[in-house]
Order: sequence, then C-alpha cells, then structure tokens
Amino acid sequence: MQAVTEKKPFTPLIVAFCCNWCSYAGADLAGTSRLSYPANVKIIRVPCSCRVNPLFILRAFQRGADGVILCGCHPGDCHYSTGNYYTRRRMTLLFSMLDYLGIERERTRVEWVSAAEGTKFAATMNDFVQTITELGENVKLGDLRCKQ
Amino acid sequence: MQAIVDQIKAKAQELLAAGTVDRVLGWEAGELAYDRTPAVFGPAEALDGLKYDLFCAANLSKYLIAETKKEGKVLALLKPCDTYSFNQLLHEHRIRREGVYVLGIPCRGKIDVRKLAAMGMEGITGVEDDGTTLTVHTLYGDHTCSREEALLERCLCCKGKEHKAFDEVIADPEPYTEPDRDRFSMVSKLEAMAPQERFAFWQGELSKCIRCNACRNVCPACSCLNCVFDNPASGVSGKANVDPFEEQLFHIIRAFHVAGRCTDCGECSRVCPQGIPLHLLNRKFIQDINRFYGEYQAGADPDARGPLTSYTTGDVEPSVVSKGGAK
Repeated sequence: MQAVTEKKPFTPLIVAFCCNWCSYAGADLAGTSRLSYPANVKIIRVPCSCRVNPLFILRAFQRGADGVILCGCHPGDCHYSTGNYYTRRRMTLLFSMLDYLGIERERTRVEWVSAAEGTKFAATMNDFVQTITELGENVKLGDLRCKQ
Repeated sequence: MQAIVDQIKAKAQELLAAGTVDRVLGWEAGELAYDRTPAVFGPAEALDGLKYDLFCAANLSKYLIAETKKEGKVLALLKPCDTYSFNQLLHEHRIRREGVYVLGIPCRGKIDVRKLAAMGMEGITGVEDDGTTLTVHTLYGDHTCSREEALLERCLCCKGKEHKAFDEVIADPEPYTEPDRDRFSMVSKLEAMAPQERFAFWQGELSKCIRCNACRNVCPACSCLNCVFDNPASGVSGKANVDPFEEQLFHIIRAFHVAGRCTDCGECSRVCPQGIPLHLLNRKFIQDINRFYGEYQAGADPDARGPLTSYTTGDVEPSVVSKGGAK
C-alpha cells in the first residue's frame, strides 16, 4: 500500500529532434565542452529538421513524451539550403493547431541551434525541461495503450 | 430552377450528340426525396434521371480523378465552389484536363437537410426558393424558413458565384449574392476561449467521431491512393480503443494533410454522420495561413504555389504561437 500511494517527483520525458548538421553537432559540442543538461532529454537525430513529419511529434506525445523540441540549423544556414524554411512554416501551423485544440502551447518548441552553439543547446534544454517540469505531465495527448 | 435544369440537360444532350463528350457526371435521385447522389450518365437517353436542385450539394470534382482515368471525355457539372477543388486537383496532377469538359452551372446555395430536421421538418418532399424565403414541402404540410435557417454553413459564407475553371458556363438569369459573412467568426470565438475550455469543446465534438472515414473519403484534397489511416499499425486505423488520443490524432492529421490545399468546400462537415464541425479545423489552418503568410485561397489560381510548398526568408517563427499567435 505504501508503495502505491507514495508519489515520486515528476521527471518529464523530453524528445528532441536534432538535425544532423547543426543541432546534433551542437549537442556534441555541449558534451565535449562538459556542459550539463538533464538526462531526460532524448535526442533523435534526423538528416534535416525538415525530415520531421508532424506525425512524429504527435507520435512522441502518444508514446509518453511530455514535451517535444525540434532543433535545426538557423534559417539561411540549412545544409540543404532551404529545408528549415519549410519546417518553420509547417511547425508554426502544427503548433497553432495543437494550441487550438487546447493542448498547452509550452509543450512544443522549435529552436535554431548551430554546430558552434553548444552553450545555447545546453541552455535551451535546461530551460525547456524546467518549463515542462513546471507544466506537469502530458495527459491530454497521451495514449492509454502506451502507458506503463 | 426548372429552366436551368432544362438548359443543362439540353447542353448535355447537345455535347453527347456531337460526340464532344462520352459521359455526363451529375446527380441522380437517391433513396429519399432530398437525397441527390453523384452519378455518371452514359448514353443520351438516360439523361432523364439527371437532377439539379437545392439538394445537389455534393462536390463532383473528386469523382473526376477516377473518371478521367477512363477512356473518352466526361462532361462535369461544376458549381462555382466546386471549380476551386477542380483547380486544386489539376494543380496536383490528379485530373487529366483533356479528359474533362467543364460545364459551369449556377448555384444559389444548397440545403442543409440536418438543419431542416432540427427545425422538426419530417418527410421532406421538396423545396422551393423564391430568392428570400424557402418553402419546404413535407408529407405533413408546407413550412417556410429563411435562407439562413436552411442553407449549408459553407453556402452562407459563399466564396462567390464566379467559376474558376470552365469550358462553358450556363449563366444564372437572376444571380443571387449572399450578404457578406465572416467565415472565421467561429474560429475566432474558439481562439478567444481559455485553453481548458477549448480542450473541452473539442473533446466533446471529437469524441462523437465513429471513424467512418466519410470526411476523408469525400474530401477532394484527400486523394492519396495509400492513406496513412489505412495502415493498421498507425494506431488510429480504427475505433477499437476508445481514447482521446485516437480521436485527436485522426482529426489533427486529417486536417494537417489538407492544410494549404483545402479550398474550404465544407464537404467534410456536410457528410459527417455525427455532425462534427470539421470545417473549423480546416478554417483554423486557412486563417493561420492568411494571417502569417498572406491571403491565400487554394484553387483560385491553379498555377499559384501552395503556402506549405513555398517560403520566404522572413517568415514568422513557430514561437509566435506561444506568444499569443498574432503576427
């Protein structure tokens, strides 16, 4: 009984989609520079931020993510020239739609992190984890079947 | 109205006789007096079954995908708003233009049978329109109501009476223009609500969904041969597990897949057997596109680039959403 009623402190699960050319290298730099960011950020490497289908983000929420952050090259610096411009439009519309459906707008975020911005990467992740921890668990977009 | 129907039939007969077209895509009588089913008419004499009245709401443009894959030419009867979808399908190379002869037909708005039923009208046998009021004939007597009470929501916010694509147009002898109404009024109302209220509103609406896929099947923008929702591994392929996620995911994805391509034809809401206002999701995307990337009407110009397949270097950042959504 004791074990059931005992409440564990909430540690959010964060999924971070990072583009291979900038943000993933930025995360690498954060690591080699010995900058710390919370371990509950799970990085998924994608070839370009443009690779992220809106479904990926919804799927992450379904599988229990409490926040999803998408990182890519700064607009104008895309390895494939224009990929992140499309990402920007797509994500603006998706986030706006999630907000329209009543999902907390803080749960999704896009940040542009270059390969040289290890500090920005760590700071962004710290800030995002902080925001989601304050916001609490994602109950609106979770799938009962994926609950443990 | 009858004069227009006669004109349409005469024109169709003429084109069939001349060999310009081989088939006619129009509407026929359905099971009930207010059912109008899309139908393809073959030889000239069968045109007697062709119907065109206030119940012919179905957008025929999507049927042209299958029709233009066949041999010969099809005569398509398109209302002004259907031509937007037609243009959009042309833009996406879904229709073979040479396979269609578009006859633009006039429209003064179509009836929402659900609205009539909600007013307690049963056994509807017909409707007459005198320009200001509608007379509904039923088995139990006649009723009168205003256009606003009986027309489809999409018709009240009519996009205009001009055909955007045609080979020939049958002009309306007494054109009727709807008064200006803001089609985004409900979207703005929802945006002004608190997130929790909005969530409750959508939860209430979307939980009615029975996943019949009618909205997907009727949508002229949803024309993929392999649909993500037919994948049994998608987790949203059926309504086997009743949970909020399944409902939300289906509707978010459905709306997102047509974002920037949706002409706001309103067919999704019209066919929904549960009466879910699906057009409000599409209109949210349309309003955002207009707000962030400039006014855009899908299908108005078949050569224009869609808002999600183009960009400018100065586009707004996705963080506008968390800052309140305004540009």
